[in-house]
Amino acid sequence: MKWKKIVLILTCAVVIAGGLVFAADHMDAPAVKGTTNDITDLYVFNGADTNDLVFVANTQGLLSPTATATAQFDPKTLIQFKIDNNGDFIEDMVIQAIYANGKMNFYGLAAPTATGTKTQILESKLLGSVAVTPLSASSPTVATLSNGMQVFAGPRDDPFFFDLNQFHAILAGTATSFNNPGTDTFAGTNVLSVVVEVPKSLLPTSTGKLNVWLTTSIQE
Amino acid sequence: MTTIFKNYLAWMLVLLAIGFASCKKNNNSTPTTPTSPYYDQADQMGRPAVNTVFIPASGKDSFNVTPPSQMPALFANDMKTSLLGVNPGYTTNLLTLTADQFVGVLANDVLNVSTSGPTSFYNGTQVLTGRALGDDVIDVELTLVFGGPDGSANPGLTSDHVNANDVPFLSSFPYLASPHQ
Repeated sequence: MKWKKIVLILTCAVVIAGGLVFAADHMDAPAVKGTTNDITDLYVFNGADTNDLVFVANTQGLLSPTATATAQFDPKTLIQFKIDNNGDFIEDMVIQAIYANGKMNFYGLAAPTATGTKTQILESKLLGSVAVTPLSASSPTVATLSNGMQVFAGPRDDPFFFDLNQFHAILAGTATSFNNPGTDTFAGTNVLSVVVEVPKSLLPTSTGKLNVWLTTSIQE
Repeated sequence: MTTIFKNYLAWMLVLLAIGFASCKKNNNSTPTTPTSPYYDQADQMGRPAVNTVFIPASGKDSFNVTPPSQMPALFANDMKTSLLGVNPGYTTNLLTLTADQFVGVLANDVLNVSTSGPTSFYNGTQVLTGRALGDDVIDVELTLVFGGPDGSANPGLTSDHVNANDVPFLSSFPYLASPHQ
């Protein structure tokens, strides 16, 4: 059966071309790789209070501690959680986050001005803001907004874990399987995170289901 | 020489006069109110690793600016080609999905979330009800791609044996661990 494995590995190498990374969304495409618009991960899960839903947007991955000290959110980058609550894959509500002068400003929990890839900030729906937590802070700065949302913005340990190096070795043909135990390539690295905890009462859905996706957009 | 200089000077004065007249016209024009700036999408993510694994290199940038509702028409064929390219022996997986059905689920690249009950990408019971920090999404996706109908096929490829984050998460907001100093 060894020939089958060789075919598989070669096909992997052909399909997943050099330079691309098998990781959640880390460095996924040439146009955004390494920029302030580069998304690494989206998480959505119950809060410690299960009446809340937590949304996590991670960007600018594989930051070493040194790089983290100078990494910043970009005031021209709009971060959006897009929420479809009726199963047609079109956003019905958005949560917007954009950085300015040391703070992350939050807008929304409302319908966007237009759906699709060209957006405007919902300026009449400003929810509030939180100071960005610096790398050296001993504890995170969090804020509770008037609608009950809790918000945070700043560097965090990258929660993603994967033996990416071994996967590259498999693709290169220098290994035929993962190691046991594996080594987490993302250990010791940081990301710039925006974390939002939202009362579920603000996220109506007739089906009990939401479809969520994360986008970054650049000011024209 | 003097004549040329005089003519040159005359033309300069004429041009200056026209210039001043134009400026004066602009000063009298009605000021416009600025519109709220537009933002153009650059990157996008739904489920982990979909763009990196299932979209060919030539399509990755386009995928990042395609609304999820439009993805199947543009990318379902590419996704099926990628799936069968990565695992030519693919039949079905633990979720009993054929290649077409698997691609049908993945093609609208969104994270499915349940607003009632536990939230997890896959924990043996919950399937696609959210994505928690501790979910081993890599093992889930490797198993669904390589593991065959009962998850036992290609045993060297269905787990990277990295099953948890390097540091523990917080039990309260903001849940993600402190950054490495």
